[in-house]
Amino acid sequence: MNKIRLLFFATLRERAGTKALDLEIPADMTVRGLKEKLAAEYPNLRESMKSVLITINREYAFDEAVIPPNAEMALFPPVSGG
Amino acid sequence: MTLPELSHEEILRYSRHLLIPEVGLEGQRKLKASSVLVIGTGGLGSPVALYLAAAGVGRIGLVDYDVVDSSNLQRQVIHGTSTIGKLKVESARAKLLDLNPDIQVDVYNEPYTSENAMRIASDYDLIIDGTDNFPTRYLTNDVAVFLGKPNIYGSIFRFDGQVSVFYAKEGPCYRCLFPEPPPPGLVPSCAEGGVLGVLPGTIGTIQATEALKVLLGIGTPLIGKLLLYNALDMSFDFVTLKKNPNCRVCGPNADIKELIDYEEFCGVPGHDHGEEGSAGEGLDITAGELAERLKTNHLKLLDVREPHELEISALPGAVNIPLGQLAARLSELDSAEEMVVFCKGGTRSARALELLASAGFKKVKNLKGGINAWAREVDRSLPVY
Repeated sequence: MNKIRLLFFATLRERAGTKALDLEIPADMTVRGLKEKLAAEYPNLRESMKSVLITINREYAFDEAVIPPNAEMALFPPVSGG
Repeated sequence: MTLPELSHEEILRYSRHLLIPEVGLEGQRKLKASSVLVIGTGGLGSPVALYLAAAGVGRIGLVDYDVVDSSNLQRQVIHGTSTIGKLKVESARAKLLDLNPDIQVDVYNEPYTSENAMRIASDYDLIIDGTDNFPTRYLTNDVAVFLGKPNIYGSIFRFDGQVSVFYAKEGPCYRCLFPEPPPPGLVPSCAEGGVLGVLPGTIGTIQATEALKVLLGIGTPLIGKLLLYNALDMSFDFVTLKKNPNCRVCGPNADIKELIDYEEFCGVPGHDHGEEGSAGEGLDITAGELAERLKTNHLKLLDVREPHELEISALPGAVNIPLGQLAARLSELDSAEEMVVFCKGGTRSARALELLASAGFKKVKNLKGGINAWAREVDRSLPVY
């Protein structure tokens, strides 16, 4: 298992009910796997996982990326206002 | 291409630019030869257009089809109280030409759509995304990719802002980051959720800065980087972006080769008026109809706005369950009871109606235009907000 830290931004903070979350995940978990895990365990985040911007250590992470140990991951929602 | 000369008046006007070696006389002549298309003359478009005009960008195009409303003026500083009710593009053009009569301002008083976007944008060096909705953002992105032009992206909500320079020739595009739009109704617009008035000022001036850097060819533009700003924390976070190899418009196997129907793609309309919320045919009740019904019948009223909005205006006897809590609190409602759902403008209540319908509620209607329509048409003692 790997330890990781999730940081929630903007409206995702309200949905997650927290700014940050520490998790233990399997060593081979991908970003897609993490999205599925969050959607299953946090019903308030389920819809958001369909279009969330996720970074690993401040770099954009594609769904296929494997999450490294001690990753700091940030989750940003899309915003549309202008 | 030979660059245009500057008159003595222009040399004096741009003196503070000419003193910076990175701009100088040649840079200022480059700006004079440049053209920028600003999509939207709202919160972001206001500072962008004002600063680009002041900086001496020779030709500025403005696309908008709205009229100035007093609720715009808390942030849309290119307009004024004297131009309420006037076309936004005309209001903006007059302000820009007052600021700088040496530039040319082209106006397009029409929605930016798949039909006209390529024609309008092809005439400009650079595109600024100052729109207020997802369909027009995807459209603006795809047009920029197809035309090979830089797209200076900015987006805001409440206290948060994002900026990037999407230039598919050199880096990722908007779709690389957000391949799929969010489910309809998940991300509130500024008309529904509000925005700190100064926020588009911060984000728009950063967009204008990036536009000038790209036009002048100086510094390091935000290509391949996304700036994430939060006004409450006063935090500026930068994220490194990558081109998405599976991007459907700029990837090696792109399958979107021409503009599509963006409203269908996003499942929402390409504007953010927030005042015309309708649940669709047969599912709406107008404020006038509701007033008539309430004279003779008892009708349950469900207010799905946030609690702090009730301080602005409220309907007596209405039950308040904010939209975000509705799914979890359905047991508080009786699906057999006749009910009218409302919010500020009818958008959130239309979403609520979908949710209620899927939960088996059959006798519910949406108050078209929300409590604001009620305030306009039935009870003028209530404010419109």
